[in-house]
Amino acid sequence: MERVVDPLAKRPSVLRAQSETIGFVVMVVALVVAPFVTYPLFVMQAMCFALFACAFNLLIGYVGLLSFGHALYFGWASYLSAYSAKAWGFPPELAILTGTATAAICGLVAGSLAIRRQGIYFAMITLALAQMMYFFALQAKFTGGEDGIQAVPRGHLFGIFDLKNEMTMYAVVLVIFLAGFLFIYRIIHSPFGEVLKAIRENETRAISLGYKTDRYKLVAFVLSATLAGVAGATKAIVLQLASLTDVNWPMSGEVVLMTLVGGLGTIFGPVVGAFVILVMQFKLAPIGEWVLVIQGAIFVACVLLFRRGVIGEIAHKLRIRL
Amino acid sequence: MFEIFGIPSTALFGQLLIGLINGSFYALLSLGLAVIFGMLNIINFSHGAQYMMGAFAAYLILQYSGLGYWPALIIAPILVGITGILVERFFLQWLYKLDHLYGLLLTFGLALIFEGVARNYFGSAGLPYTVPDSLRGGLNLGFMFLPNYRAWVVAASLVVCFGTWFVIERTRLGAYLRAATENPTLVRAFGINVPRMITLTYGFGVALAAFAGVMAAPIYNVSPQMGAELIIVVFAVVVIGGMGSILGAIVTGFGLGVIEGLTKVFFPEASNTVIFVIMAIVLLVRPAGLFGRRA
Amino acid sequence: MRRFMGLAALAAVLACGGANAQQVNVKIGVLSDMSSLYADIGGPGSVAAAKMAIADFTKDHPNVKVELISGDHQNKPDIGSQIANQWFDVDKVDLIIDTPNSGVALAVSQVANQKNKIFIVSGAAASDLTGPKCNANTIHWTYDTWMLANGTGTAIVKTGGDSWFFLTSDYAFGHALERDTMAAVEKAGGKVLGKVRHPLNTNDFSSFLLQAQSSKAKVIGLANAGGDTINSIKQAAEFGIVKGGQSLAGLLVFASDVAALGLPTAQGLILTETWYWDMNDANRAWTKRWQQERQGKWPTMIHAGVYSGITHYLKAAVALKGNVSDGKAVVAQMKSMPTDDPLFGKGTIRPDGRKVHPAYLLEVKKPSDSKYPGDFYNVRATIPADQAFRPLKEGNCPLVSG
Repeated sequence: MERVVDPLAKRPSVLRAQSETIGFVVMVVALVVAPFVTYPLFVMQAMCFALFACAFNLLIGYVGLLSFGHALYFGWASYLSAYSAKAWGFPPELAILTGTATAAICGLVAGSLAIRRQGIYFAMITLALAQMMYFFALQAKFTGGEDGIQAVPRGHLFGIFDLKNEMTMYAVVLVIFLAGFLFIYRIIHSPFGEVLKAIRENETRAISLGYKTDRYKLVAFVLSATLAGVAGATKAIVLQLASLTDVNWPMSGEVVLMTLVGGLGTIFGPVVGAFVILVMQFKLAPIGEWVLVIQGAIFVACVLLFRRGVIGEIAHKLRIRL
Repeated sequence: MFEIFGIPSTALFGQLLIGLINGSFYALLSLGLAVIFGMLNIINFSHGAQYMMGAFAAYLILQYSGLGYWPALIIAPILVGITGILVERFFLQWLYKLDHLYGLLLTFGLALIFEGVARNYFGSAGLPYTVPDSLRGGLNLGFMFLPNYRAWVVAASLVVCFGTWFVIERTRLGAYLRAATENPTLVRAFGINVPRMITLTYGFGVALAAFAGVMAAPIYNVSPQMGAELIIVVFAVVVIGGMGSILGAIVTGFGLGVIEGLTKVFFPEASNTVIFVIMAIVLLVRPAGLFGRRA
Repeated sequence: MRRFMGLAALAAVLACGGANAQQVNVKIGVLSDMSSLYADIGGPGSVAAAKMAIADFTKDHPNVKVELISGDHQNKPDIGSQIANQWFDVDKVDLIIDTPNSGVALAVSQVANQKNKIFIVSGAAASDLTGPKCNANTIHWTYDTWMLANGTGTAIVKTGGDSWFFLTSDYAFGHALERDTMAAVEKAGGKVLGKVRHPLNTNDFSSFLLQAQSSKAKVIGLANAGGDTINSIKQAAEFGIVKGGQSLAGLLVFASDVAALGLPTAQGLILTETWYWDMNDANRAWTKRWQQERQGKWPTMIHAGVYSGITHYLKAAVALKGNVSDGKAVVAQMKSMPTDDPLFGKGTIRPDGRKVHPAYLLEVKKPSDSKYPGDFYNVRATIPADQAFRPLKEGNCPLVSG
């Protein structure tokens, strides 16, 4: 994948060194203000997808592995979270944990199979596994098939906070999103993250330096799947439903689109990309016929012209890191 | 009449034959993909959409010029092939120096555009297209009724598949093409117009998809999403067969058709998944595919 | 003075169009699939039908003002639920109508119940909407899986098709359709000789059709929908199934599917619908008007249902003098008034939210019998309203006690 030349080498400046912090503050402020100026349910959904895209970006942007079946973890976490809340009566925090655990296990199994190969073959294995799990979801009784799992109760967080209240739910989702985001940030800027980037640049060299690259890749894969699971599990509680859309391959394609539009390998790119794509979907809903065409056109434009994505381009122009 | 695993042999032979027929479809479709990837290193995700365009072209040719199936078999692939050439010239040629995956993403985007446009103008229910009169009816083979059209599909598919294989593997033109993908600079030094060859090859691969589309129009629903439904399966076929191998795509296409047919008899609910299971296994055991050259 | 006004308003309502009646402002949202699988059976055609309903009603009731919006749920329950939430909360929509795709319809039904607004389902089939998942804010118009299964199944057995083989789509909807039809067939004295389940969105049905052929059943029931049904029918024609003496029963087929197939392929197909454009003059006139917005297309019963549903809702709104904010009250009003419109004639809405009207057993004509474009069907039988839908007691709807 293309790489932005390290800006640190050229222009040291206060602005650049703290660009990520400033970006983070801006994001937090925007998200805190958002529910008072726009429709909270929409922003909550966008945050879930933003976390999903960030998790996906961990794999593609920092390890260089394109997973074409990430909907598997998102969707199955969503199903287990919904089912445990509805049928087993789990409180929301346990439901989300159940969903996340499911995604982690799926990630472990899928990852150990997929990372044996690279590049396009890796992508194809992830796609094959995702398709198999899609058909399983289609047939399994508990997923509700085409109808999905509906009327999932929001419940009371820790037995105290009533999540039916939109603002309470919003606060919870915001906390989850920021926690996930910061976790990813921490991973990227840790020694572990440096090794991942080294693997992305030149795996052979990393092996020759003594790193067991397969193990690193597997851990990164499982982390990515788990965080995608957090996003899916939370989404099930927010929207109170889990459906086949969440495990199907167009969903995998959508998260690729979100990350591409926002900027591969940037921290804030996936967040921006998720919001952009979701806003587009809703604004275009009245003229629904053209959604597919416009999505396709954006894909094409991004690949040809804006390979760095929105945030990537901004970061490049300003020579900062975002 | 004897039984194998509880299924009467006549039914089994019938299903095997049907599997072979389906396999010929898969082979035809994956042929174009294999040509494009094998020769050009492009993962053509818009192959399904181009297949759909072939079927739609056949319908439109019938609507606007009254020409039926047989002329459409030639005209539609040419028309769609030309659009393929335009795609290559305007979009794909900028991506050759980059990672494969950008080509995949671009063609994926193009597929969405083609499907969206088709849906806007034609709706999603589908368009009527019937089997040409000369191929109607069928043969009663005793163990099943074989429609003439299906027999034609197998025959045409075999001819086109092996014809393509022969041109690429056994003729001088094919040799130039294979050399050009391995070392374009050297081949250009010999005076051969490599960019033009690449463009024409992509156009040919797309034309193959469109040809499969015209063959499909009389029996499968001609709808904008007809390609999207097949593309994943066709990719699985190509990956299993070996992404660079023409012969691999052909043999795997037929083989998987038969396996899918058998699954439909013994375990019909799994007939969708079996191809992916096989793909996952093959990728883990022999990542280059059954006939592939590069790992 | 107040009593006089009250009487005048009542008189106005009874006279269906008094000049001095209360101002009624409502906002209606058509939530449908505008861009994919169901765009032809619902989609923009439903919007056109809605516009006609509003135009016709406000012509006679100038005191009624209706704002109409539309949205595309793209067959995704997520998006449908999100749009429904937004429409009810932010855009002040009072009524959502249409929604093909049972998964989306169930989700929207929940939202309408939570927000105490109204949801009229014209497009979706799930009989659960008036069964275990019923609620006081939802009305199920046009059709449902039980009616399809029962109508087609029973009627075919009565006309001699007493041995069946099922080709079923292997997911919840297909299973439900197969189960309901099997029950209807067996109750009517028929026999089920076998069944085969195919994965959703199957391209090639040859092996399944082969099994159906060798079963020698008189009727092959297609418990699937959309592209699967079209493919099964197309390929059945190829394999000479109808010519060989077996008939095909389409358990969920719309006029737009028949148009997509073309008569040579679809001829002989038996299906049940609750409305057909060519059945009487009123329908034909309505269709002509509808086609001005949707050239080249044919209206389905879903479009007719949207027209009928909106008309009845507006009547209820007028009867309530424009107080439409309490969804449950409006629905109760709609259930208390008998329905009457040019398309479905007279009917009622049951306590479980089920609108009842007659159903029609239809057979696709041979191409030689079709005199003009759109001349698709022969009407084989009429199923009276009280037999067409599942009996109230059998639904397990919580609203219906005992």
